[in-house]
Parts: sequence; structure tokens; C-alpha cells
Amino acid sequence: MGTIQLKKVRKAFGESIIIPGADLDIKHGEFIVFVGPSGCGKSTLLRMIAGLEDLTSGEILIDGKDCSDAAPASRGLSMVFQSYALYPHMSVRNNIAFGLKMAGETPEQIAPKVAKAAETLNLTEYLDRKPGQLSGGQRQRVAIGRAIVRNPSGFLFDEPLSNLDAALRVNMRIFIMQLHKDLGATMVYVTHDQVEAMTMADRIVVLNRGNIEQVGSPLELYNKPNSKFVAGFIGSPKMNFIEGSIAAKHKAKTIGVRPEHIDIVSGKGEWQGKILLTEHLGSDSFLHIDAGDAGRFVVRAPGEFAGKPGDSISLKPDAARIHKFDAQDLSIR
Amino acid sequence: MALKQTTGQKITITIVAWVIGLLLFFPILWTAIAAFKTESDAYTLPQNFLTTPWTLENFGIVQERSDYVLYIRNTVIIAGLSTLLGLVFAVPAAWSMAFAPQSKPTNNWSGYKWLAIIFGSAGLAALVLYFMGWHPTNFLVGIILLLMFVVPVSAWVWTRATKDTLLWMLSTKMMPPAGALISIYLLFNRNGLIYKDWGWIDLSDYNLVDSFWGMVPLVMLLNLPIIIWMLYTYFKELPVEILEAARMDGASLWNELTQVLTPMAMPGIASTCLLNLILAWNEAFWSLNLTNKFAAPLSFFISEYSSPEGQFWAKLSAASIMAIVPILIVGWFSQKQLVRGLTFGAVK
Repeated sequence: MGTIQLKKVRKAFGESIIIPGADLDIKHGEFIVFVGPSGCGKSTLLRMIAGLEDLTSGEILIDGKDCSDAAPASRGLSMVFQSYALYPHMSVRNNIAFGLKMAGETPEQIAPKVAKAAETLNLTEYLDRKPGQLSGGQRQRVAIGRAIVRNPSGFLFDEPLSNLDAALRVNMRIFIMQLHKDLGATMVYVTHDQVEAMTMADRIVVLNRGNIEQVGSPLELYNKPNSKFVAGFIGSPKMNFIEGSIAAKHKAKTIGVRPEHIDIVSGKGEWQGKILLTEHLGSDSFLHIDAGDAGRFVVRAPGEFAGKPGDSISLKPDAARIHKFDAQDLSIR
Repeated sequence: MALKQTTGQKITITIVAWVIGLLLFFPILWTAIAAFKTESDAYTLPQNFLTTPWTLENFGIVQERSDYVLYIRNTVIIAGLSTLLGLVFAVPAAWSMAFAPQSKPTNNWSGYKWLAIIFGSAGLAALVLYFMGWHPTNFLVGIILLLMFVVPVSAWVWTRATKDTLLWMLSTKMMPPAGALISIYLLFNRNGLIYKDWGWIDLSDYNLVDSFWGMVPLVMLLNLPIIIWMLYTYFKELPVEILEAARMDGASLWNELTQVLTPMAMPGIASTCLLNLILAWNEAFWSLNLTNKFAAPLSFFISEYSSPEGQFWAKLSAASIMAIVPILIVGWFSQKQLVRGLTFGAVK
């Protein structure tokens, strides 16, 4: 089992309130991603679940049991740190075995478990090396090995991929998703990278200044954001926000349209603009457009777009995909 | 930083460096030469060390007159044990200050209130003592009177913020040791307040003067602030995530300290030990005042050759060379560790 429930979890360091009160239900086997800009409290929330940070008030239930004051190790969770946090003086074998040793298991019990974890992670040939002799990706795998060998009911990942280079990050992302499938364990994953969040999560928790803004599946957040913050944070490139008279026509303070929901039309469209800049990615082109009253925004054109900076262009937003926000930046539906 | 130097500058700097180096080294050089001269040659002015004969007789006489082995044994015991004992206190202290610092005092009493409490209770204890004729009639009373001073001071230290505690520790090194000499001597000589034949135990049998029971803790306490500071700066550089990972892995406090922190901090602990060993080895003020035979270390051994009857410079030099050679060798082979130890925290 691996259910985690947060009930009115609050964290304050002296006067400054980091998390004013968070409620969340994590079901067994779910892949939950905490996402938000840096300083939004996502790591603090994870560390509170891990038991590395005390709760100011509220409750954390793990498998239905109140663990608010329990020691980190007794919560049945494993954690993978951003900086790997391997024991530099121990071999890979001992790094992976340390938790089992601390749990009082005998060397005979430990050896096969370590061997199995090492095999899963392709680390068998590195077992006798020290962490200092490994590459970044290998170190991260050791850190994951250390987490899985204890057979925990849940895994906590604190920005585990942000120290890796881009190519390796994609590989490790797929690896962690595969691991989640194979183990079927609950995973809570913290990242500031919304691409990681969208691709990996069963449900995404978007945090802003310590508040949970919205919880939902990636597509729910993409299609029905609760607020301007979520709308702007999920999706790449960012949603375009337009205020003023154009927004007023839709009876909203602000309207938002994603770059992929604006069509380039020949003849007269809804908006006229001039191309300022084009970004060519091969599969798509992103056009930065100055549309006068509507302001500056980004439009996605599929494939290779022939237009050059300075060209005039007509645009037509997909009416069904226009998001409307009120003066409090909340969605109008 | 690439500083371009002209040849002239290089030559000047080299000469200045050599002059300073020789000036600093000269006393040791002189001692080393004088040790191998006869007493009169070492004393005669103008000195001519190049033409006078070389001799080993000083070393023989020194060994005959005072037992070098006894002194070096005592020094090893005092320096070694005080370093080990210091680590026992300093590792947990530095650990807690580095990884669980207290950013603000835990109570907000004013300094005056604390002063009143500390001096008030100490004064009360002194008053009771005064009317008892400076000797409590009961062992328990003696202990209680002692606690009346120790407890408020400890309570004050306990509630301070970490950086204040660190500064306070360092400030104990700012006081001239001579200022505490008389009280320490009385504590040692008479076991403080509780020196007495209590029937079940005769404390007058256990004089701390000239004993390892006195010298080891004393030298340990002398250097404790430095050990804690060095370990603290070293521990602060260690990533806290590794200790958190150990906590997630179920390591108890003991396992966290012994299996993760200590092995990781071994280079820092080693250089701290080394520096402490050297400081304890060279300690002279307290050794000269509080020992005279049984627990006397090498600094006492050297001073034996400087007496009111006259300075025996050649023998004094021989004794000095005998005293410093072991630590010189240790220091020479561990230069790298020492420099690292003294500069860590300086550069990230």
C-alpha cells in the first residue's frame, strides 16, 4: 500500500509562512508531480512528507496512519535527492545496502537484494566503485537503487534530474516512468520543469506561493486551468494573455490563447500582425508576432513556416479554446 | 589572478622572503647549533660557531640529569589523551552547531537579568561558604554550592544562538591565562571546595596538581574552543543532504555520526587532531605552573635548564632540540593536512 494524505498541512519558519495549508489525497500507485516556480514550497512540502521537515500544524497520513511526528525511516518512504546525496566514502554496493544494514538485516539477506537492484539499474559492474568514480547519470541510478532496495511503499523524488544534461535527462525520465510501471509504487516527484510534469504525471499538483493552485491530470490542467497562473505555467511555449478591449469583447479581464490554438489564415483574420521573430524547431515553427492592440504573442505554425520577420500576417484564434479570466485571475467558465 | 612581475620585482621579493624566512628561522638555527657546542663556547661572546669544536656531550648530560623518556611519555599521554577526549566533546558539539543551528536565543531575557541571576546565585553560594568558614561541612552542600554557579551559567549558554555560543567559546581564548591561574591552582591543589576527608573517601589523597587527572582535562579544555571551531567550519562544508539521506535510510543518531559524518569528515578531523596535538605538545604555561615531576611534560623538561643559578645555554638548547624534534617530524610529514586544516572554510 502507499496512500499519502495531507490534511491542512502548514509550515512556517518563524514569521514567514511557507505553506499556509495544503490538503491532498494521493492514491496508491499514483505518479504525482509537484510543480511550480522556484520558492513555491514544493520541495518543503515533499520534505515534510519525508519527515525531514517538521509540520507547524496539520496531519500527514501514510497508509492511513498518522505519521506527522514519525521518524523519516519509519514512514516507509524512500527519497532521491537532487544532489544524489550518496555516501562518498562507501562503495556503490554499500551505498545501496546501507538502508538494509540500518534495518538490521544480515549480509546473507542483503546480498541478493543489492544484486537485484543493481541488475535493474545496470549497475552490476560498478558495485565496487566509489561514487566519485561514477558519471552523473550513474550516480543518480545509485541513488535510485538505494531507494528501491528498501522496497518502500512510496518514492519521493526531489528534482532528481536537474543536475543531468539534457540528453541524459530524457533517458532518465523514461527510465523512472518505466520503474513506476514495473514497481507499481506511489511516487511523488518534485520538479520546476513543466515538460517533466506533463510527460510523467498521473496527476499534477501546481503550487504557487505555498498554495495548491490546482490538482489534476496533465490534460485537465492543459484544457481547463483554474487560474491564469496554472494556464501560464502549463504548456510550452506559454499561453498568450491578452487584456484590454479584445478581452472585454469576451466579457473577461484577460483572455488566454495557447500558441497552438491560433491559426494563420489567408485573407482577413480576427487579428492582424507583423512577424517579429521566427524560431524553427523543424517539426514546428514559433512565430513571435506584434499584433497592435492585441499586444505581442507567440503562434505555432506546424512544420517549416516560410514567412520572414517583417511580413504581415492574419490570425484566427480557435474560439472554443479561448480561456477567460476575471479580475482575480480565476477562470470564467 | 595573473600578476605580471618584472625580473626586478621577482628578485626583490625573493630577497625579502629569504630575509624574513631567515629571521624567523634564526632562533631555531641558533638553538640547533648551540646544542652541539660546549657550555662555554655557547656562552662566549663574540660567538664563533664555525671554528669551535662540535660535541654531543650536552645530550648525554641532559639525558643523565633528567629522564627524557619520562617526559616524552608524559607529553604523549597529555597531548594524546587530551586530543582524543577533546574530539569526544567537539564532534557532537560541532555536529549540532553545523547541522541544527539555533538562529535566535530561545528566551528573550535581557543581559542584565542574566547577569543578576548568574552573579546573584554565585554570590549567594560564596556568602554561604563564607559563613561556613570556606569549607562546607557536608559533601552534598559542597556540590549544591558548586551547582549554584554552574547551572545558571550553563542555562545561559544553553539558550544562546549558535553563533553567539561559538563567539563565547572563542572569547575564552582571549582572556590572559594568568588571570585564571590562582583559581585553577587552588582548584587543583585542594580539589576545590570538596577537598576533605569525608570518611568514605579522603579527597586529600587525590591532589590534581602534578597529575594526569588534572592535566589531561585542563589541556583538553584549553584547546576545545579551537577544535570545535575547526570541526564546525569543516562540517559546515559537508552537504546536509547526505545526512538526510542517512536519516531516510533509517540511521540512528549514533549511526549517522559514526558511519556517515565521521568517515566523511575524516580529513578535517585528522588535521584538527594534528593541530591540537601540536598545541598540546607545546603547551608551557599551565604545565610549568601545575606540574613538577610525575606528570611533567617536555616544556617542564626544557625549563629545568634555565635556573636562577645561571643559564645553561648549551644544555637548554640540547633539551629544546630533544623536545621539538618529534613534533617537528610529525609536522613535516603532515604539512599538507595542516595547511588544509587551517585554511578550510577560507575558500569555497
